Amino acid sequence: MSSIAANRQLGASGQDAGLRRFDRRRLLALVTKESYQALRDPSTLLIAFVLPVVLLLLFAYAVSLDAKDVRIGVVLESPGVAAQELAAAFAGTRFLDAHFAHDRREVADKLISGELRGYVVIPQDFEQRLARRDNESLVQIITDGSYPNTANYVENYARGVVQTWGAGLDAAASPPAILLEPRYWFNPELESRRALIPGAIAIVMTIIGTMLTALVVAREWERGTMEAVLSTPASVVEILIGKLLPYFGLGMLSTLGAAALAVGVFDVPLRGSLAALLLLSAAFMVPALGQGLLISSLARNQFLAAQIALFTGFLPAFMLSGFLYEIEAMPAVIQVATWLIPARYFVETLKTVFLVGDIWAVFVPDLAAMTATGVLFFLAAKRATRKNLE
Amino acid sequence: MPSAADPAATTPVTADASIAVEIDQLDKRFGSVHALRSLCARIRYGRLTGLVGPDGAGKTTLMRVLTGLLVPDAGRVTLAGFDVVRDNDAIHVASGYMPQRFGLYEDLSVLENIHLYARLRGLDVRHNSELFAELLDFTRLAPFTKRLAGKLSGGMKQKLGLACALMARPRVLLLDEPGVGVDPVSRQDLWRMVQALTDEGIAVVWSTAYLDEAERCESVLLLNEGRLLFDGPPGDLTAQLKGRSFRLENVGVRRRALLTEALDLPSVSDGVIQGAGVRLVLREGADRAPVQALAEQAQVELAQVPARFEDAFIDLLGGGPGGTSILAERLPPVELGSDIAVSCRNLTKRFGDFTATDNVSFEVHKGEIFGLLGPNGAGKSTTFKMLCGLLKPSAGEAQVVGHDLRRATGAAKSRLGYMAQKFSLYGLLSVRQNLEFSAGVYQLDAGTRRERIAEMIETFDLGDWLSATPDSLPLGHKQRLALACALMHRPPVLFLDEPTSGVDPITRREFWTHINGLTRKGVTIMVTTHFMDEAEYCDRVAMLSRARLIALDTPDALKRSAATVGRPDPTMEDAFIHLVESADRALEAAA
Repeated sequence: MSSIAANRQLGASGQDAGLRRFDRRRLLALVTKESYQALRDPSTLLIAFVLPVVLLLLFAYAVSLDAKDVRIGVVLESPGVAAQELAAAFAGTRFLDAHFAHDRREVADKLISGELRGYVVIPQDFEQRLARRDNESLVQIITDGSYPNTANYVENYARGVVQTWGAGLDAAASPPAILLEPRYWFNPELESRRALIPGAIAIVMTIIGTMLTALVVAREWERGTMEAVLSTPASVVEILIGKLLPYFGLGMLSTLGAAALAVGVFDVPLRGSLAALLLLSAAFMVPALGQGLLISSLARNQFLAAQIALFTGFLPAFMLSGFLYEIEAMPAVIQVATWLIPARYFVETLKTVFLVGDIWAVFVPDLAAMTATGVLFFLAAKRATRKNLE
Repeated sequence: MPSAADPAATTPVTADASIAVEIDQLDKRFGSVHALRSLCARIRYGRLTGLVGPDGAGKTTLMRVLTGLLVPDAGRVTLAGFDVVRDNDAIHVASGYMPQRFGLYEDLSVLENIHLYARLRGLDVRHNSELFAELLDFTRLAPFTKRLAGKLSGGMKQKLGLACALMARPRVLLLDEPGVGVDPVSRQDLWRMVQALTDEGIAVVWSTAYLDEAERCESVLLLNEGRLLFDGPPGDLTAQLKGRSFRLENVGVRRRALLTEALDLPSVSDGVIQGAGVRLVLREGADRAPVQALAEQAQVELAQVPARFEDAFIDLLGGGPGGTSILAERLPPVELGSDIAVSCRNLTKRFGDFTATDNVSFEVHKGEIFGLLGPNGAGKSTTFKMLCGLLKPSAGEAQVVGHDLRRATGAAKSRLGYMAQKFSLYGLLSVRQNLEFSAGVYQLDAGTRRERIAEMIETFDLGDWLSATPDSLPLGHKQRLALACALMHRPPVLFLDEPTSGVDPITRREFWTHINGLTRKGVTIMVTTHFMDEAEYCDRVAMLSRARLIALDTPDALKRSAATVGRPDPTMEDAFIHLVESADRALEAAA
């Protein structure tokens, strides 16, 4: 075989490169390979580009944490003029959708069936109670405790309506010097979509960074290609970086797409700069990819890798990052646990960069935390990956 | 990881320049399994060395130690003068390795795979287009450079894997079972390529459980249970068997009965069916008189034949199993309404614009062993799957014991047993649970179920393994379990899809003892195989190539059709290659 013989010389030069720990050309070859694979695998593109759109649509339209137009009943047992006025005050609120009745039994059934989230009873002796002006409560408020947040909200809001109405009576006597009016910063309309959509980007990035990376490395073990690559001069560092770079790129592209969608379609403001958004996203990719890599070095089959990624990556990012549930409302132990979840820092910075602006006092500690957890993951992954099959 | 190897510091320490690999007191354990035990051996440059042994002998473990992918527990191994542990990085440069599953990226094209491995081995792709062209020519893959590796046939994958392992010219080439699942035509290509490489001075190590492959190696290392049983040219081992191999010629229909009788003789160590004849090996020092008596009783000629490596191998491992299948003894004879057990007429299957099976017709008689042979991608599996109701034909008809597979798939399936490739047992269920599952899936009533399961456990000697998982079973037991599951409902027709692919010769013999027993009870066997000696067990063989039926006859008639002046006594493999190549030529002439 003349061809193979001619190769002898080339082989010799190849051996010099082979003994180098890190070789740019080898890395490039691995990155090229990984990119081809990612582009040809429909599931990768589905996860990177279709899933974000679906998630964003879901959080924009299907999931709403807004207490807007909460349906309550107002039972008007008193025929008096004051009672009528209070009832009218309930009818005029922006956040409650009042349904009137004259008998509490009517609304009680509706509360049980879930049609109403609570009701307010304006009792028969309302006028007398009002006239006495003592500390006795004016109305009775019943709420549906199976939705604790809404129940709280209904209770507080109903109290508020009664108090404001009561204050109005006093004001008729002596006009107030100061008028108290609540204002909500950063999200004046209190639209949950504005807070949810930036957070959803963190979820998408977790899926791409952790889940996809864990799966693609496990796939190489499963198909036996890892064994072949390990038997070449390529080093562990090259193999790992070769895996990560393409998914880093994919994650950033996906973030850009999701951000464009958020701003362009869902009317979420981007008050901070695009550069800051990209920097934060890049910083988050470090722990996300590191975690994926660690999982894949422990689980060498795709099924197990997917399960671990789901339970240690996706679910914590979903439940404990402050994306859906406020961290301050969690039990103290869980609050401490959230410090270990990189998505928590990313959700916070994302909300800030979208709704508030470039607040570096918030970004810097979060960037540091994300990088630190990322470095930990990488060190663990490097330790767990050896260049053999043991 | 060991420190980066400095080429200057790691000059070869081996004095003898012809030695490529030196193994000294190598020991390797995995938990309680002692995979390699105090192995000592040498492998030389310019030679094809066969690494031979049954499954679980330690072949793959040794390969992985040689490529530096596993660390020995004790002992020392050097490859091209480099210590596999200390100079790990240098090992990866000096050796080329093709793992059992090729290590190809299925979603990359042929050329992309080649480029990837070239770059990983430090070749500049732009300046070496000539080299690639020649490699593609060498592997005959040039017309397929743009095809995705996943879409290649088994033989082509094998050759591409070899091309990838050959990049940057390794001094030692390690091939782990390159012959598994490869048809004889592709295998011949592979041999030609390896021959060319050893001629240039490369040391090639070829691990295999196929003994005809071992016979073609210049030197073999024979492993069993982690120990080295033999090291030297295969001819040396075969020579020890001189005068102990015989053949009962032209026995015809009684050959299975005769084989059973012969194997039950204490003087016979091993026996197989070869076409219409029976090949026997006597035990060391045994008298040929009992076999002679058997021949006279059956009124057939007993001829002495040259020993094969396989004879020596089986003998070295203590001989093959006996001839009587307890399983078959217990089975009631099969009663069928008609003599035709399986038939198909104008069977065709198209996937899009690709025709996998094209107008195939044949009939299989009750109690026949019917083989489906053909190169990779010839449509064997597709045809097979249509016949057992796993695929719907695009056109044509197929029947199993009178049930139409298009209309009465359920009824037909209840009358056939199916043993898939690699046994397809449930790894997470215990042996007993696997048996219970297959009894349940064939809807046996509770009483029959208990009875059959107990019977299978006793017949196949599975009693000690009931709570073990199938994967922890020795291969022979695993195969018995798979057979037990497929026979739970006592089907009159049994389908076997490459039943012994990757299975060592001893386990394979035990398997065929059962199959022979079954056919004597009237069970019809349909089998696909890549083993040519397995084709010899068949009553008739249907040869498929490019989706068409190109030949259908007895193994002996097929062999005769390939006879030439220069080759008066062709083997089954010769016949296979001859038939496929002449069919290809006819097709080209027509086009």
